[in-house]
Amino acid sequence: MAERKVGWEPQGQHTLVGKEIQRLDGPVKASGQAKYANDTNPPGTLFAKLLTSPHAHAKLVMLNLDKAKAVKGVKAVIAMAEVGQEVRYEGWPIVAIAAERPEYAEDGLRAIEIKFEVLSHFVDEADLKGAEAADVTDAGEKVKLTKSLGTQKKGDVETALKEAKHVHKGFYGVNTITHMCLEPHGSHAAWDGDKLNVALSTQNVSGTAGQYVKPLGIDEASVSIKCDFIGGGFGSKFAVDEWDVACAKLAKETGKPVRLLLNRATEMQIAGNRPSAFAEVTVACDAEGKITAWDSHHWGTNGPKGGTVALTVTPYVFDPPNRTRTATGIITNCGPDRAWRAPNHPQACAYSQTAIDDLAAKAGMDSLSFFQKNLSLTNVPHIYGPELEIAAKLMDWKTKWHPRGQGGGNGPVKRGIGLALHTWGGGPHQSNVTIKVHPDGSVEVMMGSQDIGTGTRTCIAQVAADTFGLPLNAVKVSIGSNKFPKAGPSGGSTTIGGVTGPTRRTAQQALWKICDLAAAKYNVDGTSLSAKDGKLWSGDKEVCTWKQAASLVGPMALELQGGPVTEDEKLTDKQVGGVQMAEVAVDTETGVVRMVKMVAVQDIGLIVNRLLARSQVYGALIMGIAYSLVEERIMDNKTGRFINANLVDYKLPRIGDIGDLVVEFYEPEDQYKRGVIGLGEPPVIAPGAAISNAVANAIGVRVPVLPLTPKRVLDALKGARV
Amino acid sequence: MDREPVNRSDQSSRTGDAGRSDSTNRSSPEFNRRDFLRGSGAAMAATAMAVAATEQQAAAQQQAAKVVSAAPHPVKLNVNGVDLTLTVEPRVLLIDALRNDLNLTGCKDVCDRTNCGACTVLIDGKPVYACSRLVMDVEGQKIVTSESLLSPTKTDDVVTNFCKHDGMQCGFCTPGFVMAVRGYCNQNPKATVDDCRKGLGGNICRCGTYAGVLQAAFDTAQTATPIAKGGA
Repeated sequence: MAERKVGWEPQGQHTLVGKEIQRLDGPVKASGQAKYANDTNPPGTLFAKLLTSPHAHAKLVMLNLDKAKAVKGVKAVIAMAEVGQEVRYEGWPIVAIAAERPEYAEDGLRAIEIKFEVLSHFVDEADLKGAEAADVTDAGEKVKLTKSLGTQKKGDVETALKEAKHVHKGFYGVNTITHMCLEPHGSHAAWDGDKLNVALSTQNVSGTAGQYVKPLGIDEASVSIKCDFIGGGFGSKFAVDEWDVACAKLAKETGKPVRLLLNRATEMQIAGNRPSAFAEVTVACDAEGKITAWDSHHWGTNGPKGGTVALTVTPYVFDPPNRTRTATGIITNCGPDRAWRAPNHPQACAYSQTAIDDLAAKAGMDSLSFFQKNLSLTNVPHIYGPELEIAAKLMDWKTKWHPRGQGGGNGPVKRGIGLALHTWGGGPHQSNVTIKVHPDGSVEVMMGSQDIGTGTRTCIAQVAADTFGLPLNAVKVSIGSNKFPKAGPSGGSTTIGGVTGPTRRTAQQALWKICDLAAAKYNVDGTSLSAKDGKLWSGDKEVCTWKQAASLVGPMALELQGGPVTEDEKLTDKQVGGVQMAEVAVDTETGVVRMVKMVAVQDIGLIVNRLLARSQVYGALIMGIAYSLVEERIMDNKTGRFINANLVDYKLPRIGDIGDLVVEFYEPEDQYKRGVIGLGEPPVIAPGAAISNAVANAIGVRVPVLPLTPKRVLDALKGARV
Repeated sequence: MDREPVNRSDQSSRTGDAGRSDSTNRSSPEFNRRDFLRGSGAAMAATAMAVAATEQQAAAQQQAAKVVSAAPHPVKLNVNGVDLTLTVEPRVLLIDALRNDLNLTGCKDVCDRTNCGACTVLIDGKPVYACSRLVMDVEGQKIVTSESLLSPTKTDDVVTNFCKHDGMQCGFCTPGFVMAVRGYCNQNPKATVDDCRKGLGGNICRCGTYAGVLQAAFDTAQTATPIAKGGA
């Protein structure tokens, strides 16, 4: 009698799990037939647009909507701010207008009569002294713009610095970037009597309906949230925003469906960003190259709240015995932050592992050897160790390595390589599932989850079909509605474990029930049965087809519910490590950095879909290249405005700018046995430090602040020549 | 928004490509404004082009310009092989007409200013940003949108290849990229990977799908057959 146990098959024995499976919704996405919130277009839909503040800090002193209401095609106008109210950043919503066509809504916006009293502002997030000295008032009171976020001490830094062989002091920084979801934040709202149906661009299908209750005075049970597809979220789309509430109000007032998605500029100004961080660092090592001390003070802004990167991830990955860390947040008149893929980690990695690499250079050591020597200071040395070996081979590190500024051959273009390490949790969130096995053998899986582009829909189908021994197309997956069983939000790399764990367990339990029915009918031992190739088998003897077995459930489907995974089920795990290496070519005359190659080696436990997993890492590397080389929010100190809030001046890499990307998964059996772990965040963390280290290796000096724009590269080179 | 004057007389000058970096008609008499803007990055060529543009504008003004009123009026379109008539104001952009009037939402509105390529469609076989054209300017031209690439009986190679190489994540830039690849490969069959890197710079993806898109583009180019000039 075989033991029935929840879990995965041994490595290499799954038929669909772990394979390269194309995403199920690929054809409808590629052909543009997939409908996003932004594409929701039932007849009669009105188009809504916002009037937002052009000022970083101002008091609204006059607002007259009468003329706007009279504009041809305009159906409703509502104020989102009151006269007398202060607005604290550019893009602050003031008025929402719904009209028969978007062009009419624009006409309406132009007809609004509005006056502001402009107030003083502060947006220079890198300028800690300036923030301390700034004279900014809020509601007439002078505001202190700097906020201590604390100091944490371990060991004896002072003595360690005295005893150290090499001490390096440096300044590093990472500028603010936005999420730049290509589908802006927003929704389509339609009332059906007292019921509200919302197509919401959200990473949180099951958790958003309740956010309409208070502002609209509606029952949560009367709110339906739908999101079959979402055009990017990256951590910025967990909540119902005030403009989504305005959209529902406009729909109520007009009795028609209304669509309101932010325009590009507003999207960039107010719908989230990743906080900046600038750091003064002192780091030291002994004669062997072992890091003995770290002392840092970092600051930055997340907008009006005045936060920056968390203390706890500083220094990043390496935790020396003697360490002091201090952080100061700056309150600015910049748009508020939201969780950005791997919150805190990319910035901390960028200011920590650049400093550590500079220390390695000071000690005259190869960066790879230096990082290897200090792995005992990390949380997962047993993962980083072998990953570094694999990455070094793929990068051909030994051949390409040269001391700083001494490589690159002839001419102004210099080549260099660099590396960085990252870590992330990626444990499962809490999701529930309903699985139905119909008497005709077809299978349904329902979950109030969402596919944010990671391939969640496909992965759920793979796990269910694999468990039942069926082809992928035999399973219908229904997600994207809050009317399905409650599922966790998709953030923090929690989804893949969160959805596949319950699906696997519940599918196994359903299979066992069907096996028992078949066992009784065909007079075999139920626990000896397994499902494969659309049949049930007892050992290698065919017992019946899947359809025959499923027909035994009776006239109605076998339906099973399953709750979130538990740790002892060993279906999922958390805590990964990854290694990245970058190779760049830097033109020392123009300052242009060109990506030559990036290598990413990543541990993610059991891989559910190899094709989609690789896509996640490719995507993370490309987002990493973006914030390392070209992408940044630029605030104008004089006007307080986000002056590159458009896709022309806010640079992103294009298809020719990424170099060669090499992705390798670290998957020995002991890692596979850990079960499923999330992958979305980890590989986006290390590129900043890896690329910056490669540039320092190429040109012999550190370009301290990301992104490494031509001007910053030239400034660093100029500084080195003085 | 980069709106062009409502003046029908210079229509022929705007039938060229938009945002593509493989333009071959910069020196042709059919030189257009977009090419001028892009070419202006190259200082040497810019002066000559500016002169050419000025001359052409002057010539256009000499012709009897047909100025239309701002009121809605019927426009005859050919979209995915179907002839239809829309009644819209002359200021309405092709992207808005496709999305809002025809429910062809595969062309996405992303950047608001003719930069990102998410609304790419084919006009007379060439990839064009739908937000760079007024509806009235494409009257009589053949417009092909991404939706036409997939039906119960037909899946275009480019869709197959994007799926095979997973050239998508959230999928929001994907239909525009698919159309850019379709148009580029039609114009450049047998393109190499390096050609594709250079020729497909007109589209932005945020999820970072360029690696898969590049492979999909290369595969698509290998089976592409050149199209007759002016055909779809």
